[in-house]
Amino acid sequence: MAFDIYLLEAIINGLLLGGVLALLALGLNLIFGVIDVIWISYAELVMLGMYAVYWLHAYYGVPLVLAGFIAILGVAALGFLVHYLVISPILSSPPINQLLATGGLLFFLQAFAMLLFGNEFRNIGLRLPIIVIADMYISFARLLAFGAALLGMVALYLFLSRTFIGTAIRAVSQDREIMAIMGVDTKKVYLITSAIGGGLAGLAACLLVLQYDVHPDVGLSFGPITFMICVLGGLGRLLGGFIAAFVMSQFITIGGLYLDLEWGYVLAFVFFIGMMFWRPQGILGTRS
Amino acid sequence: MLELKSVSAGYGSFQALFGVSIEVRRGEAVAVIGPNGAGKTTLMRVISGLLETTSGEIAMEGRSLLDIAPHEIVATGIGHVPENRRLFPRMTVEENLKMGAFAPAARGKYKERLAFVYDLFPAMMERRNQMAGTMSGGEQQMCAIGRALMTGPSLLLMDEPSAGLAPVIVQQVFDLVRRIRDDGYTVLIVEQNVRQVLKLVDRAYLLEAGTVKSGGTAEELLGSESLRKAYVGI
Ligand SMILES: Nc1ncnc2c1ncn2[C@@H]1O[C@H](COP(=O)(O)OP(=O)(O)OP(=O)(O)O)[C@@H](O)[C@H]1O
Ligand SMILES: [Mg+2]
Repeated sequence: MAFDIYLLEAIINGLLLGGVLALLALGLNLIFGVIDVIWISYAELVMLGMYAVYWLHAYYGVPLVLAGFIAILGVAALGFLVHYLVISPILSSPPINQLLATGGLLFFLQAFAMLLFGNEFRNIGLRLPIIVIADMYISFARLLAFGAALLGMVALYLFLSRTFIGTAIRAVSQDREIMAIMGVDTKKVYLITSAIGGGLAGLAACLLVLQYDVHPDVGLSFGPITFMICVLGGLGRLLGGFIAAFVMSQFITIGGLYLDLEWGYVLAFVFFIGMMFWRPQGILGTRS
Repeated sequence: MLELKSVSAGYGSFQALFGVSIEVRRGEAVAVIGPNGAGKTTLMRVISGLLETTSGEIAMEGRSLLDIAPHEIVATGIGHVPENRRLFPRMTVEENLKMGAFAPAARGKYKERLAFVYDLFPAMMERRNQMAGTMSGGEQQMCAIGRALMTGPSLLLMDEPSAGLAPVIVQQVFDLVRRIRDDGYTVLIVEQNVRQVLKLVDRAYLLEAGTVKSGGTAEELLGSESLRKAYVGI
């Protein structure tokens, strides 16, 4: 077999999937790195964002792009609130309590969505074309999602590296105890970071709703993989998560090509577990 | 300029400072010396707001520091070079310096102060894009001092700037501290190199087990028999 067009197609699809996964991992990682709390319920924010786009666009007829912006702002506000109401009161509690609190939030948000939106699968009903390039089928929705995810990540990168507050956000993740002598109020940094994390979840929601149905449980289908990507890259390490997202997505799509999609996920999980034995601190993590 | 009156502080139920009173006047260089675990670092942390005071009073230029938020203390003119430098290891030298200028009032003077720090430490200019954590101990110390200077302090707190450095570098750090005080900064310095630091400062306090044991001019302390035996080793 000299050149396998299907393999190339799978690799490209993996790349496109990786972009959105990287975006998801970025949000979760940012929050963990800065605040040192794992938002188990991160994917549920994405789920709510997907509903926001769905209702605004499919139900109230708000133009899709505008609906997307509203959803991003809405989920950013939600991220702010999650920190303010749930996380900040338990910041100095033992990690297990924090895990229980954000885990509890997961079930609360799921049940809340079920109550409000019902058990149906909903679709924004947008039909985007399939692009055919040299016999390969590439979904335009995926391409769009990849491009937007990349743009979002570049914007975040510029924010974190160029601005004072962005630099402070990174600094907090490296040494939170001494930030006061820099004149930085860590409480404020936590709130801003949570809002940015929420905004990233909102952006991911916009991109996912182009490709998938919304359902109260939809968070379960990408929450665990996002978490694994973060761990694989080294929890809190933005670059590590970025790399890990593309590694995992290749396992999923290439595995899915030779076996089927479920097996792709199985392969990715096996790889993840293997890596945890070999490098428990993750690709870029340092042992602690 | 800075005045502490019977300050107590600790960590949880552990008390580390017992009614400490010290004073630093404008233009002075003052040292705090004492054995390991005496509470020297705790004292510095209490002044710069990194640790809460349980009782007592701290005032900078007559203004109480206890009723302003910890992150606003830096704006009163207190720059802190913390123990073990505490740089952000995965950020560049320039980003570390930038963090020193985070406070709103300092931000406007960022470029100007950066030029000043690079002028003072040409080595930092050369390494401005290097990750701070990959530099040598002496270079990291320069960066930590530079970062504190970026806050635009009138009083500089230095916690063992020579710790963990090779003897030649220690000498350089002391020369540096001398230059900084000659530049008009008021300095409060903690040091283990008692003999060296007493040559540099006007006055010193001896801290033991969380209380001020004695205090006086550098000459007085150098002349004190017990201190010489215990700490100077001469
Ligand atoms: N974070 C902390 N939690 C609990 N106890 C602490 C903490 N930091 C310091 N201590 C205790 O407080 C006391 C004073 O510590 P401190 O660091 O101020 O001493 P030091 O004089 O700076 O010592 P060294 O010369 O070793 O730096 C010590 O008994 C120390 O064990
Ligand atoms: Mg100390």
